[in-house]
Amino acid sequence: MSAQGLRISRHTLGVAAALFVAIVLVPVLNRFVPAGSALHLSDYAVGLVAKIMCYAICALAIDLIWGYTGILSLGHGLFFALGGYAMGMYLMREIGHDGNYASDLPDFMVFLDWKTLPWHWTFSASFWFQAAMVLAAPGLLAFVFGFFAFRSRIKGVYFSIITQALTYAAMLLFFRNETGFGGNNGFTDFKRILGAPITAPGTRIALFVATACVLVAFYLLARWLVATRFGRVLMAIRDAESRVMFTGYDPVAYKLAVWVLSALMCGVAGALYVPQVGIINPSEMSPAAGIEIAVWCAVGGRASLVGPIVGAFFVNGAKSWFTQAFPEYWLYFLGALFIAVTLFLPQGLVGLFRRGVRRDA
Amino acid sequence: MTPELLEQGARAKREHDEHEAAQQASGGRGAAYGRVVHGGEPDFGTGVALYLDDVTVSFDGFKALNALNLMIGVGELRAIIGPNGAGKTTMMDVITGKTRPDAGSVSFGQNVDLLRLRENEIAGIGIGRKFQKPTVFEALTVFENLELALKAERGVRASLLHRLDGEQRARIEATLETIHLKDAAARTAGLLSHGQKQWLEIGMLLMQDPRLLLLDEPVAGMTDEETERTAELLLTLEGKHSLVVVEHDMKFVAAITEGRRKVTVLHEGSVLAEGRLAEVQADERVVEVYLGR
Repeated sequence: MSAQGLRISRHTLGVAAALFVAIVLVPVLNRFVPAGSALHLSDYAVGLVAKIMCYAICALAIDLIWGYTGILSLGHGLFFALGGYAMGMYLMREIGHDGNYASDLPDFMVFLDWKTLPWHWTFSASFWFQAAMVLAAPGLLAFVFGFFAFRSRIKGVYFSIITQALTYAAMLLFFRNETGFGGNNGFTDFKRILGAPITAPGTRIALFVATACVLVAFYLLARWLVATRFGRVLMAIRDAESRVMFTGYDPVAYKLAVWVLSALMCGVAGALYVPQVGIINPSEMSPAAGIEIAVWCAVGGRASLVGPIVGAFFVNGAKSWFTQAFPEYWLYFLGALFIAVTLFLPQGLVGLFRRGVRRDA
Repeated sequence: MTPELLEQGARAKREHDEHEAAQQASGGRGAAYGRVVHGGEPDFGTGVALYLDDVTVSFDGFKALNALNLMIGVGELRAIIGPNGAGKTTMMDVITGKTRPDAGSVSFGQNVDLLRLRENEIAGIGIGRKFQKPTVFEALTVFENLELALKAERGVRASLLHRLDGEQRARIEATLETIHLKDAAARTAGLLSHGQKQWLEIGMLLMQDPRLLLLDEPVAGMTDEETERTAELLLTLEGKHSLVVVEHDMKFVAAITEGRRKVTVLHEGSVLAEGRLAEVQADERVVEVYLGR
């Protein structure tokens, strides 16, 4: 039992360290260390880390449904985008009369010559209503889709392909101007969030800290979840679903629960991403975006919780360096990385550091 | 999902609800002559645990089961033998809800129509199944495998809040003892030997505390010693549970029937002969189809 105690305390230490870095270190290095100093953290770096933390939440979400439950979704970009759009609608209204057309309506609607807000924008000026939509939109879609898919026992590659088709269909829908989501330009040019100027350093740090706290909270939630009997049923479904059924569990309920949770996590990640990156458009729903999320998870290490977070940081960190240093080689590198991990590191990067962990089998 | 599937599902559900309501309304009299029976609860008042009546299953014209009739008594241990393709595994698939028959009926006790239930519901009312190929949760430890099979609430919320109490822990310990895996409790199930996996799966069945156990070739891949111990274990279960054992190993069949229990011989999807092992082995037709002389 002492080994157990040690593991828990090391784990608590890790979480505490992550929170310290996020809440104290980054704000201090960014705001209070002078720009010339070697220790200064640039606004660019803060923004980059914040963005990657949003991606890490998605990777964590994929890990629950794929790594633990064995259901590969290639459509999580859709849930991310829905959360992002729900937040973006509020941010568009928060622009007020400061847009190019100084109108009551968001610029793209004026451009389309619309006179009134479409029905689904009715409550968009309310932050709290849209915050609820950040959960409701991906949650409801995931519930309805998951209910029918899991009930019909759609599994494996068929499920993956359908999720891919779903996100593609949604992308085409959002590309259309008449859908009322800004067409292929999406939403951008945000000015304020909850009254605070969105590009001000203080706001950016606040958003950064919020993102870090959400990431840590989701990590702890996931850690708790996989340690319960619920989590063990998920792994059992992954390894021998028929045995789960003949043991008396209804896999549909379990799959649906973790599927919806996973979608909600992505929705929240999207909502945190949009104000920090300053844009949301249908490209977030492209099939490639959904595949990338799965790649982060696989590179970091499935069924490990820390793995997907590591993977999101590693791949996106490499991406931002590569696309500056050798822009034309990034995709080759990503492909090579994925192949290398699949062949040599089936447990991902964290597999390198784990020994004797019982999930290794 | 196709509209037909939806309609089919809705119809099955409606029929099931009507069936249950009817049972509630009649106090179960229709099924059990005066005893009060609750809707979904099987009634074993007449001593019958499982009853298959004229069950037919065909795959692309091939009849895997052909008007099969089978009755298993409460607490009975029954061995089922038959050549490959005789329909033994298909029969288990029908009982556990994996395959829907084209015709016939399957009831558990006097009153529960198994054809209206889904796999997990069938497991829930007390039918446990061991697969031909040992199927355990490989990433979990032996202890966790048994814990998942432990008789308890199976809902999502119950699983989130589930904590083992002392009594449940003791039951798991006792089962570990029974299946000779006490020392391996903390081991990952994927690392067990083939025979140990078979035992673990049997242990998981015991944790479910089913009224009826279906065992599909439980000693395949076991050493002689393990086979012997398995036979001993199954014999201790007789009386408390009804057991249906499908097996090819004649020595094992002889060991569990001890010359007096009934053996059923399946051939081409129906019962060819039934009786004590010595009797069926002497039966001309059995010798012809099964012993290959």
